Amino acid sequence: MNTTTAQDKRLIALSDEDNVLICCRPIKANEVVMINGTEMQLSTAIGVGHKVARQAITKGEKIVRCGMPIGSATVEIALGQHVHMHNIKSDYMPSHDRHAVQGKI
Amino acid sequence: MTEILGYPREDGRKGIRNVVVVAYLVECAHHVARRIVEGANHTDIQLIGFPGCFPNDYALKLMKRLCTHPNVGAALLVSLGCEGFNRNTLHEEIDGSGRPVKTLVIQKAGGTRSSIDQGLDWVLSTQAQIATQPQVPMGINELIVATICGGSDGTSGISANPAVGRSFDKLVDQGATCIFEETGELIGCEHIMAERSITPELGAEIQASVNKAERYYSKMGYGSFAPGNADGGLTTIEEKSIGAYMKSGSAQISGMIKPGDIPPNGGLYLMDVVPDGEPTFGFPNISDNAEIVEMIASGAHITLFTTGRGSVVGSAISPVIKICSNPETFAQLSDDMDINAGKIILGEASLDEVGEEIYQKTIAVSRGQASLSETLGHQEFILTYKKFDAIGPACLPSH
Repeated sequence: MNTTTAQDKRLIALSDEDNVLICCRPIKANEVVMINGTEMQLSTAIGVGHKVARQAITKGEKIVRCGMPIGSATVEIALGQHVHMHNIKSDYMPSHDRHAVQGKI
Repeated sequence: MTEILGYPREDGRKGIRNVVVVAYLVECAHHVARRIVEGANHTDIQLIGFPGCFPNDYALKLMKRLCTHPNVGAALLVSLGCEGFNRNTLHEEIDGSGRPVKTLVIQKAGGTRSSIDQGLDWVLSTQAQIATQPQVPMGINELIVATICGGSDGTSGISANPAVGRSFDKLVDQGATCIFEETGELIGCEHIMAERSITPELGAEIQASVNKAERYYSKMGYGSFAPGNADGGLTTIEEKSIGAYMKSGSAQISGMIKPGDIPPNGGLYLMDVVPDGEPTFGFPNISDNAEIVEMIASGAHITLFTTGRGSVVGSAISPVIKICSNPETFAQLSDDMDINAGKIILGEASLDEVGEEIYQKTIAVSRGQASLSETLGHQEFILTYKKFDAIGPACLPSH
């Protein structure tokens, strides 16, 4: 598979207005992909179902998936960066992990 | 296509299975009920029950609906004798539905061994008796199909869930009744659901139910979001919600029901599963099977269960069809998955193609084909304490 073309099926946009792409096939750290015409190396591995930034996203900006907001950036996010719990948060209620303490979200 | 054959019931509904349920009415009767079911060792003799000793209107209502579900042909109630469950009312409801019913009170039946023997005799002879009941043609418009997602990940909302939505659209077009649920996993989708409602008043009720869910879960201290969701790429409750919402397809929303309410006619219905009033009994539904049971209590013949991380559950009473959204999970758990929606992620099939596959599987299982969870013997069941007010008139505009 040619990993540097825009037709790479590993990262898909669900809607034109989305600022994140969804990973459909596993991508290893340091692999080269093409996002929005920019060829770039991903710094971390991206698992199936995870998101990467389709463009630079500023702190506080809404994250848009499928044309709908799914939360806000808590820090500046660079193009191609993994978008997950370390850099975005819910606008409704916080997500918890296995170390959660009840009532502390 | 061969027609569906159903078991006719006195209330006019038809079943696609003919199960004898053995229902314990308190945890103290669970062992006896389980031994009866194990002793019978028959696919159509299944265990359900309620563990609590204190009475609960919701649990009574759900047990009534479950024991008179169209897929149920007879019921054995197993009581210890002193619990708070109103066994007489439940017995009368089942008897009034024309089904064979027996109540076994362990304290009066000579204890464990004698109760197991008496119960086993009754379920075996009753199952043999109802097995000869003739079946009659059943239309797709008489089917109630539910959907749930469990163990969702970042692929659920782009493959299995919208594919189920496609199958729902086709079923609703053909007059079937479809139910989707978990208002706590539709947070962020309240505005678009309101726009899809057949009246503005229903839309307002739906928005209020999602607001209630947000308040309730906030008080519980956790959203309806499991750590496994995050492992699979989902980050926030609204992201999970957008994916879950896709299961509803694109039909207009005809009404909103609560657990145990039977939809009055065909169409798409939302089930409000979050209790009313101040949180009293804990989390709305402690696990996926609690939600499946609620939709079965509302008459669901079949549940379409989408999963990304890989749930393996089935259910008592009504078959569960599993649709796997993630190709990596499918490779691991293919024995448990009826439908591989991961093909969509790999670009090997379209949403429409998998939607049609789900529709065809739904019809095949309605005609008696066993789903994989049935073949594997999955008959999970859980019913806990909850409290609901009755739905308002705006919830069922066409009724």
